[in-house]
Amino acid sequence: MADEKAKKKIDPHKHEMPVQEAKVRAHNFEEVALGYDEETAVAEAQRCLQCKNEPCRQGCPVEVFIPDFIKLVAERDFDGAIKKIKEKNALPAVCGRVCPQENQCEKYCTLAKKFEAVGIGRLERFCADRELQKGVTVPEVAPPTGKKVAVVGSGPSGLTCASDLAKLGHEVTIFEALHVAGGVLMYGIPQFRLPKEVVQAEVENLKKLGVKIEVNSVVGKFSTVDELMEEESFDAVYIGTGAGLPYFMGIPGENACGVYSANEFLTRTNLMKAYLFPKYDTPIKVGKKVAVLGGGNVAMDGARTALRLGAEESHIVYRRSREELPARKEEAEHAEEEGVIFDLLTSPVEIISNEEGWVTGMKCIKYELGEPDASGRRSPIPIEGSEFIMDIDTVVVAIGQGPNPLVPRTTKGLELNKRGNIVANLETGATSKTGVYAGGDVVTGAATVILAMGAGRTAAKSIHEYLSNK
Amino acid sequence: MFKILEKQVFSPVIKQFVIHAPRVAKSCKAGQFIILGINEEGERIPLTIADFDREKGTITIVFQEVGKSTIQLGAMEAGDYIKDFVGPLGEPTHIENLGTVICVAGGVGIAPVHPIARAFKEAGNHVIGIMGTRTQDLMFWEDKMGAACSELLVTTDDGSYVRQGFVTDVLKDVIESKGKENIPLIIAIGPQPMMRAVCNMTKEYGIKTIVSLNALMVDGTGMCGCCRISVGDETKFVCVDGPDFDGHQVNWSELAMRQVYFKSEEQLALEYKECTCRNGGAE
Ligand SMILES: Cc1cc2nc3c(=O)[nH]c(=O)nc-3n(C[C@H](O)[C@H](O)[C@H](O)COP(=O)(O)OP(=O)(O)OC[C@H]3O[C@@H](n4cnc5c(N)ncnc54)[C@H](O)[C@@H]3O)c2cc1C
Ligand SMILES: Cc1cc2nc3c(=O)[nH]c(=O)nc-3n(C[C@H](O)[C@H](O)[C@H](O)COP(=O)(O)OP(=O)(O)OC[C@H]3O[C@@H](n4cnc5c(N)ncnc54)[C@H](O)[C@@H]3O)c2cc1C
Ligand code: SF4
Ligand code: FES
Repeated sequence: MADEKAKKKIDPHKHEMPVQEAKVRAHNFEEVALGYDEETAVAEAQRCLQCKNEPCRQGCPVEVFIPDFIKLVAERDFDGAIKKIKEKNALPAVCGRVCPQENQCEKYCTLAKKFEAVGIGRLERFCADRELQKGVTVPEVAPPTGKKVAVVGSGPSGLTCASDLAKLGHEVTIFEALHVAGGVLMYGIPQFRLPKEVVQAEVENLKKLGVKIEVNSVVGKFSTVDELMEEESFDAVYIGTGAGLPYFMGIPGENACGVYSANEFLTRTNLMKAYLFPKYDTPIKVGKKVAVLGGGNVAMDGARTALRLGAEESHIVYRRSREELPARKEEAEHAEEEGVIFDLLTSPVEIISNEEGWVTGMKCIKYELGEPDASGRRSPIPIEGSEFIMDIDTVVVAIGQGPNPLVPRTTKGLELNKRGNIVANLETGATSKTGVYAGGDVVTGAATVILAMGAGRTAAKSIHEYLSNK
Repeated sequence: MFKILEKQVFSPVIKQFVIHAPRVAKSCKAGQFIILGINEEGERIPLTIADFDREKGTITIVFQEVGKSTIQLGAMEAGDYIKDFVGPLGEPTHIENLGTVICVAGGVGIAPVHPIARAFKEAGNHVIGIMGTRTQDLMFWEDKMGAACSELLVTTDDGSYVRQGFVTDVLKDVIESKGKENIPLIIAIGPQPMMRAVCNMTKEYGIKTIVSLNALMVDGTGMCGCCRISVGDETKFVCVDGPDFDGHQVNWSELAMRQVYFKSEEQLALEYKECTCRNGGAE
């Protein structure tokens, strides 16, 4: 076996992902990455060494059976491969597209020591897309247990929790505040990175398991968590309400016309389809020069969306340097290829507007990097006298989000931390309130799709135990 | 899907719907609102809960046709379905027994004032209602307001009905005759210029005045910040912190400025609608 491995000549490079050309895609909302075809997928799968110690798996927050599914792809057993993936990951078409694989499974891939890692994410996406095209086979559902569970929020965390509990035979109802299910996958992450059709296909699969989804239902308003348990006889509740509360900078001029939170900018565009205005009723206004404040994935999505909505210039304005950008490398690269301009070591101090209240510019200050702080990051220090006016007409604030207080505030006996996040045991999802579990961004603060999913899965396990003993 | 059970036309531009929405009806309180979306392409528009029937599971809304969505809504009939209807949203009006409360309603603001006046009266207050419209044709719910208030004063800007004058004129008379020290609270809901005018006046008298703000909204759950507005030194989200605010603290010029944010797009939407209607549908 070892000899065989040594003999096999390894292609040092991952098979390239076919993408829409940067100049073209910067002006449309079609998906950027087009996906592997069968031949490419099989060839990529053949690069895998089938390492016995499975380092990639340990880098995966939900421990997908990576070498196993890749082996099945190499053998062209695609049905088997997706089944293998789904044993651990309920939303592979989503994760294959948006997971930061470079920091997870692919980072630990043996190949990555010398060459490029196996394209695990791309293979995952290939398997999932192929299944979605073919039509998904509904997994078996255990006989009804007679227990009712309410899931609050339909982001990746709520969807996963609901799916697992339904398979175990519990009667699950998801309550979602918005008019469609999917959470950030629907309203935040843009169409060109994660087509909404993919998310809705996953939601439909969930319904086939018998999960009821009640959209237009804001918990804490039409009913509190306590009322759901007392009056509607839910035996347990999972809270997966995410981190949907946008932060603003708190600088003068921020309420001017032309200043959006990233949430508003992306919600209008993705959820409400403002890019199809006036066929769709919700408008969005983008000027000629857009400044997006922040350096994470949300900021990249904002800047790339601005270009697609017709902005002539789209700037990322970020306080630190390129190395510190919290966004995925691939996203920052895609943004740059499309023409997004990076104004680094720069931060706004005031937004300037004209008499009618419209943004006309932004006063900024330059920064330099100081000594590394406790976390090893070099903290930015403002340079005195470096103020200048940036000539822009639209601002998108993408500096982070906190937990929406509606549910935490209205649920009796729910312990919160200082930032308003729900305190939950990370091993079980249990909160300070009996029968109430929580996970995803509402517990951890803004994180990733896969961590939110993992939390939903963990909680489903403990909810099942709790209900079995009840 | 949410069924329109009844439709009433008060004037060519003011209409009332009774909608089947049991979950909303079960828990709503005076001062709260809903957001509806007519169809797949529709925007989310906020409308105040003007009345509710918990037993029948219904919500009453009254709206004025001002643009694309409200005109489209107004063209719907009893028996039709609205795709999305979410609520109750916002914080309920703070109701307590203060003795006397004046509720001032301008134009289509009559509808949102109605449940608030009724709640204050039920809490034991002497509620003086003042309602006014531009002209007689736009008047509605005089009977319902009569029942909700302890006394009701009606006026029209042009004098075509009852008396001539703005609601502020009537309010001034009432304050002068009752004495400002006997009026602990005023509620004022209507077009922004009217609420602003009421607040300018009551500020001089030093009477606490609560207004209900109609900022532009998207989600209505505190997720987007579109509805933000300066109140005192703070930025508030109207959809979750309001819609009721202390009118003396509201930054009215900022609100007015943000209200016209999408003016040109709204015009475009309307033109697009007219054009597709003439051509017999969008597709
Ligand atoms: C623009 C953007 C881009 C991102 N890009 C990536 C990426 O590339 N890769 C990645 O891994 N992660 C990314 N993330 C982060 C990721 O999307 C989140 O970590 C993840 O969605 C969190 O899942 P969740 O289920 O906890 O919450 P959410 O997805 O936020 O879902 C919460 C849901 O709960 C609903 N809700 C809230 N309050 C209530 C209530 N009171 N009643 C009923 N329902 C309620 C909300 O409407 C929402 O639908 C991105 C985030 C954003 C905003
Ligand atoms: C909490 C709240 C409660 C409301 N309650 C009612 C109600 O009970 N009855 C009612 O008739 N209207 C109410 N409104 C206003 C209503 O939401 C708007 O009139 C409606 O969204 C306009 O949509 P449109 O497409 O028809 O018009 P658009 O084409 O969007 O706008 C046409 C004109 O109306 C103005 N406008 C748009 N949105 C608003 C708004 N939110 N508030 C005020 N003016 C606006 C625009 O500036 C423009 O001049 C309420 C608004 C809020 C925020
Ligand atoms: S670490 Fe890389 S090469 Fe090894 S099994 Fe995982 S994917 Fe294959
Ligand atoms: S409408 Fe989005 S936060 Fe108020």
